[in-house]
Amino acid sequence: MFRALTARGALATAPSRVVTRERAPVRWLLTGAALAFLGVFLLVPLVAVFAEAFRKGVGAYLASFTDPLALSAIKLTLLVAAIAVPANLTFGLVAAWLVGKYEFKGKSALITLIDLPLAVSPVISGLIFVLLFGLHGALGGWLAQYNIQIIFAAPGIVLATMFVTFPYVAREVIPLMQEQGCEEEEAAISLGAGGWQTFRRVTLPNVKWALLYGVILCNARAMGEFGAVSVVSGHIRGKTNTIPLHVELLYNEYNFVAAFAVASLLVTLALVTLALKTVVEWKSRTAQTEFLPDLHNRETPDEDRTAEHLQDVWQLQGAQ
Amino acid sequence: MKIELRNISKTFGSFRALNDVSLSVESGELLALLGPSGSGKTTLLRIIAGLEDADLGSGPILFDGVSVSDRRVRERKVGFVFQHYALFRHMTVAKNIAFGLEVRPRCERPSRVEIRRRVRELLELVQLEGLANRYPCQLSGGQRQRVALARALALKPTVLLLDEPFGALDAKVRKELRNWLRRLHNEIHVTSVFVTHDQDEALELADRVVVTNLGKIEQIGTPDEVFHYPESEFVMNFVGDVNRFHGRLEDGKLCFADLWLEAPEDRDGTSGPARVFVRPHDLDVDIRPNGTPSLRALVADMHSAGPVVRLVLRSEGGHTLFAEISQARYRKLGLRAGSAVCVTPHNVRVFPDSS
Repeated sequence: MFRALTARGALATAPSRVVTRERAPVRWLLTGAALAFLGVFLLVPLVAVFAEAFRKGVGAYLASFTDPLALSAIKLTLLVAAIAVPANLTFGLVAAWLVGKYEFKGKSALITLIDLPLAVSPVISGLIFVLLFGLHGALGGWLAQYNIQIIFAAPGIVLATMFVTFPYVAREVIPLMQEQGCEEEEAAISLGAGGWQTFRRVTLPNVKWALLYGVILCNARAMGEFGAVSVVSGHIRGKTNTIPLHVELLYNEYNFVAAFAVASLLVTLALVTLALKTVVEWKSRTAQTEFLPDLHNRETPDEDRTAEHLQDVWQLQGAQ
Repeated sequence: MKIELRNISKTFGSFRALNDVSLSVESGELLALLGPSGSGKTTLLRIIAGLEDADLGSGPILFDGVSVSDRRVRERKVGFVFQHYALFRHMTVAKNIAFGLEVRPRCERPSRVEIRRRVRELLELVQLEGLANRYPCQLSGGQRQRVALARALALKPTVLLLDEPFGALDAKVRKELRNWLRRLHNEIHVTSVFVTHDQDEALELADRVVVTNLGKIEQIGTPDEVFHYPESEFVMNFVGDVNRFHGRLEDGKLCFADLWLEAPEDRDGTSGPARVFVRPHDLDVDIRPNGTPSLRALVADMHSAGPVVRLVLRSEGGHTLFAEISQARYRKLGLRAGSAVCVTPHNVRVFPDSS
């Protein structure tokens, strides 16, 4: 105890001994610069959104949402997210399962492909769908014959959103599944579990936090996507406008209060996402509790006591 | 449950993990698969369990004479203990042990009370009663090992398969668990096969040892047979320490390291170059010649901290020899570095170069 105290005392009296620590003025300068940067580029815009939204009072703020065009944009955004997120949850999980648990040719190509939507500009992503399904696109004529409209309609928006948000779930789950390997699944199967039982009781619980984390990010991106959606939507008021497109529209019409009010919805979504993300990160960290030393349980069993309990084993192994 | 494997082969891509291996495990036996890494022992174990399929054209796998080759893992009723335990990390110890019972179809599943009782019994058996509600990450290596064993025993397996059961534990825990497992097996007699690369573990624990190398079985025998009568150079080298010489067989005589001996009986008909092996404890060390052919050597180094004294000797011909003598003999001879000694080999094993 005494030695521990003196050791700590020595540290306290000689802080400059820590070689990786800068001098005080340098520390203050660097920290200050980082905080100022954060303030100017993150905090001020954040506050500005709400300040602009409430400039003409709460009444005007709320009125922005009761506008039928705003309502239709909100509805469309929710619809798109409600389709794109579950779809990408499924695809992401399947892709991660494939990559994490099996060896096959072209695996690294598949991993690269999963990352493609992150590498491509969202505008290009939207354009791909226009080129595919647009009236003059590859499949456009065929679709027109059957009177199916994808571009400038909700299906196109859903497709573009799914494309852009595809990597989020897969990328969160793949590294975890790769790290965990197949041993637990093999153990489950050797204990008599079927394929579905193994997935539901072993594989899924082991990745649930990463999965949830991926879904949160995927949802945030799906609701906030602008570029790809803008290309395929056609900006038809009350029909193919999502929240981000509606904000742009209002802004271009100099309707600042309404624009910022609707924008504040997305900002709130972002804040909620961040909060959820923090909670999930904290949860998944505490799921990996540290080893607790235990004085009452020995590392190895006691042979004499084993003999006592062998009576039970006889019953247990009675079948033999 | 008697297990028979006939002509099993297994290739991974271009790598031949098992090459036409046949093996039978007697009912109630504790069998060790001993070999260096990559020798195919784990693959063999996984094929018995059904976690891996043998190549097409392999013979059958028989449990009590009935082929199980077409049965899936869950239908084979084997208990498998994985090398790194593979405990379900998000489940408590009790849930881990109960898993095999809880995933049974509803009609075969024991009642909740019954499952709880069984888990309690198994926890008592492996002496982890207080830890039922812990998670695997809160356990030490030895405790995890015992949970894995309890989980495998919960289904009353007819065969227990253990992959490097003590591989990840430190030396002392390893030894204690080894004795405990031997005791356990003596009482429950479930046919058991374990894989190890540790010769001490195999020799001490198993009823019979199967030595594997490069996808083939080198020798099957009791620990005594494998240790004292190795059938191949590989077994001689792998099981126990050994001195190795190049020598010659000529007309019933054996020559190595400037020494002429009578050739061992099983080799007296052959002639030609041969490799000669002598275990360190089969080298008799004396101060004076005792009438039998012996080598003159100097003590180069010695390690006396242990149950036996290990000597490093340098012969007149420039050979380095390792010898082991008892502490009593060491004191009687009064050896020190640089002492001159006479060395007489016993139980020399000879393998002609052609074989």
